[in-house]
Amino acid sequence: MKVVLADHGAGNPRSVCSALVRAGADPRLSTDSAAILSAPLVVIAGVGHLERAARGLEPLVAALRERTEAGKPTLGICVGMQALFEESEEGGRGLGLLRGPVRRLRAPRVPHMGWNALAVRRPSALLEGLDGADVYFAHSYAAEPAEDVSVADVEHGGKIVAAVESGPLAGVQFHPERSGVAGARVLANTLAWSRSA
Amino acid sequence: MVKKRLIPCLDVAGGRVVKGVRFEALCDVGDPVELARRYSELGADELVFLDVTATIEGRSPTLAVVERAADELTIPFTVGGGISGIEDARALLRAGADKVAVNRAAVDEPRLVTALAEEFGSQAVVCAIDARRGEVVTHGGRNPRGLAATEWAREAVSRRAGEILLTSIDADGPRQLEVVPVIASGGAGEGRHLAAAFEAGAEAALVASIVHERPERLPELKSELKEAGWNVRI
Repeated sequence: MKVVLADHGAGNPRSVCSALVRAGADPRLSTDSAAILSAPLVVIAGVGHLERAARGLEPLVAALRERTEAGKPTLGICVGMQALFEESEEGGRGLGLLRGPVRRLRAPRVPHMGWNALAVRRPSALLEGLDGADVYFAHSYAAEPAEDVSVADVEHGGKIVAAVESGPLAGVQFHPERSGVAGARVLANTLAWSRSA
Repeated sequence: MVKKRLIPCLDVAGGRVVKGVRFEALCDVGDPVELARRYSELGADELVFLDVTATIEGRSPTLAVVERAADELTIPFTVGGGISGIEDARALLRAGADKVAVNRAAVDEPRLVTALAEEFGSQAVVCAIDARRGEVVTHGGRNPRGLAATEWAREAVSRRAGEILLTSIDADGPRQLEVVPVIASGGAGEGRHLAAAFEAGAEAALVASIVHERPERLPELKSELKEAGWNVRI
């Protein structure tokens, strides 16, 4: 299955590509709107600053919006998930495909760094079989959805939204590509979800 | 609650894992990526590759090893050793490292920490601090720098390093640095040393000789820590 990674020039797509290959997908990086528009699944990966990733995504915004309206699935990972939302306390703003801001974590220790257990709160295509599983987080900011799209949270000085699903949009704040067996299952679930979309 | 992490550290020279007295009499113990995969299978939470000859010889760690590690590993890894500026870090992160650890170059030029955090985000920046009797040392411990380790650690945090990798757990370093995760290294010869590091407030402990002798020791250590009430990933 072809997967297109939206190339925004920031972050590190290599490990995400490798993890998708292990999951049986055929990923490639692209800056081409037509490729973004037609892909069976688009992944927005990212680390670091939302502002930088969002700037890199600007040429692809129209294509991402159009595929979402057409019901084609997109997964955001870490900063890629934050990029689905609106303005960030860090500066800049996301694509606004989902409503709500991105805020700095209010935990005593930031970044939220390491393995933490997912609490899956509702039936989730991406997180099926993963309630209680440890996955790897590495972030200082997180989305705070204004609508009821959160499917899982994680405890770190309060609850942090760990995953969202809304129609053709999904986001995970953790790194499935760096979360061992549990992460591989998330990616396999994602591929199955996008096939059925 | 985020789990306490155990992080095997692999010393790499010339693309191979080495052990022995650092900088002399290095003995080849295998391929970095193969060993890393073995640790990952045994429950390592994360890995560190340290290019032990890089600072001395003034060159960057082998990018080919980093690329293979990125393709084959399913847990995060940090690369350190000989990183002297933004472009070294960029090359390593592009090759697939999740984080870079800076040491000497950051002591020489503290603004490097700020620049790295601005460019790549705090989560990608580990500030490694080697200390002897509370004083920062560099170049494998040969150069004392006349700077208190706790003071330098605080400055690195204010410059937005995401984690501090402290080789000296003496005094109460981790507690004082409560705002970012601290990885404790050094002196961790046994399980009780790891527990002591966690007790002192460290979020993670680097393990080297403790598991290189016998990699199966890693899951044993995690079980022991779990039984002792520590929140570790089994």
